[in-house]
Amino acid sequence: MSIAIEVNDLHKSYGPVRAVDGVSFTVEEGEIFGMVGPNGAGKTTTIECVEGLRRPDRGTVKVLGLDPQRDGYELRRRIGIQLQEAALHPRLKVWEALDLFSSFYPRRVDGKALLEQLGLADKRNAAFEKLSGGQKQRLFVALALINDPELVFLDELTTGLDPQARRAMWDLVRGIRERGKTVFLTTHYMEEAERLCDRVAIMDRGKIVALDTPENLIRSIGAEQRVVFTVDGQWDDTLLRGVPGVTRVERIGERTVVYGRGEGLVGGVVSALERMGIRFRDLRTEQPTLEDVFLALTGREMRE
Amino acid sequence: MRGFWKLLLVQAKLYLREPIATFFTIFYAPMMLLLFGAIYGNEPSPFFGGRGTMDIAVPSYIGLIIVTVGLISLPIGTAAARERGVLRRFRATPLHPLAYILSDIASYLLMTVIGVLLLILTGRVVFHIRFEGNILSVLAGFLLGTTAFFALGYLIAGLAPTARSAQTVGMILAFIMMFISGATIPLEVLPAKVRAISQYIPLTHVVTLMRGLWFGDSWGQHWKEVAVLVGCLLVGGALAVKTFRWE
Repeated sequence: MSIAIEVNDLHKSYGPVRAVDGVSFTVEEGEIFGMVGPNGAGKTTTIECVEGLRRPDRGTVKVLGLDPQRDGYELRRRIGIQLQEAALHPRLKVWEALDLFSSFYPRRVDGKALLEQLGLADKRNAAFEKLSGGQKQRLFVALALINDPELVFLDELTTGLDPQARRAMWDLVRGIRERGKTVFLTTHYMEEAERLCDRVAIMDRGKIVALDTPENLIRSIGAEQRVVFTVDGQWDDTLLRGVPGVTRVERIGERTVVYGRGEGLVGGVVSALERMGIRFRDLRTEQPTLEDVFLALTGREMRE
Repeated sequence: MRGFWKLLLVQAKLYLREPIATFFTIFYAPMMLLLFGAIYGNEPSPFFGGRGTMDIAVPSYIGLIIVTVGLISLPIGTAAARERGVLRRFRATPLHPLAYILSDIASYLLMTVIGVLLLILTGRVVFHIRFEGNILSVLAGFLLGTTAFFALGYLIAGLAPTARSAQTVGMILAFIMMFISGATIPLEVLPAKVRAISQYIPLTHVVTLMRGLWFGDSWGQHWKEVAVLVGCLLVGGALAVKTFRWE
């Protein structure tokens, strides 16, 4: 598989602040590559250096074989960009925006079909200022796709969207990849990265602290699973501590949390409870997430 | 120059969707003309060298339209597009900066031309104003005055930190200039002291040049106006390029 983006030892400072401090990674063609981390971690600076909108202080960037600084115009014909902060004129209509932006490119797709696909067909004649947050984001995605790009950049695509709109956006991004395009996205929602990305780079304070598939990242920290359930009344949990894989048991009022590792953990806990004749309810398991990975790697909670 | 024409069309449409800008650019000057025409008429007067008040008003009001577009519409539009992130979004496309700037200039020029044409038409049809100059010469003078003021407008936008401050600076300058440059009140009516000050105001030179060319003066008679306006265009333009920001 060939390489879409190659970044080597990227540095970018704003005054005394080292926004990006020695970042290297590659993005392969056809994958959804995510960069996650808290606000201010350097994600947007990195993506904008890759897009050619910012000039790196040091390091090399190659995108589709081009240098984004030197071959910016050529590159921008072949990529699609959705910016974290951007807007259109408040009175510009949806169809006019697509018509205008498509005139900037030698190659373009049918704007009408694109609006149809993004669920904006009935908003064709609406002014930009009349659109909801989700509709504006979808319009920006449409503008990023109008030139049938090989590589799409999505910077904080779902920030400010409600959960339903966010899920719809995820389907959309998967659809982009299914059409053979490469996606490079940033997000500060760990869940989004976990559900959407083939590979994830976790960024903190200008550096990449980990880079792998979400599954590998989660496995790498060896975090415990949790089995959580509720029991009414008094009971003795000694037997539970003997179940293979269990590391500790916490009781908070009627709720019990069993920590442990291994495939058989849930089964072991459930059969132990049944052997003891304890009536439990609301049992669920909690798998470690990228949030736990971030916590394990940085010693800090991800804050939104 | 891919994108130039489409962007020009869109910018023009967006301009016309701003009722205030449309009113002051296109309808304000003809309205003033009708109002003052109703008061003073267009009888030849020795005070204006045998010409009528309306004969003088039409070329003078051209300056009014130029200053409205150049120092109000243009700086606000440019600073607001920057502030909103519209310019940033354009930068993320292969649209060439030169194509953007040229179509931006062309759209404001188009609005100015529409305003001026409607003004002249009103003067011609309602007051039968006299024209004693050369059309190409007047057109050249108009383009010089317009581009000089556009350069100043882009400079205001470049220096202003926000769209609001661009609006404040632009409107204050524009309104001061409108009243002591001869654009609204003929210079002949102003007291000598104000006339002396008016020589330091760029719009005065637009008005003087337009009035002169309108009645057949040669360019040689107006070397001073031309020098001031070329200076505004070159110095303002150079500084505008230096201060221009995409975000």
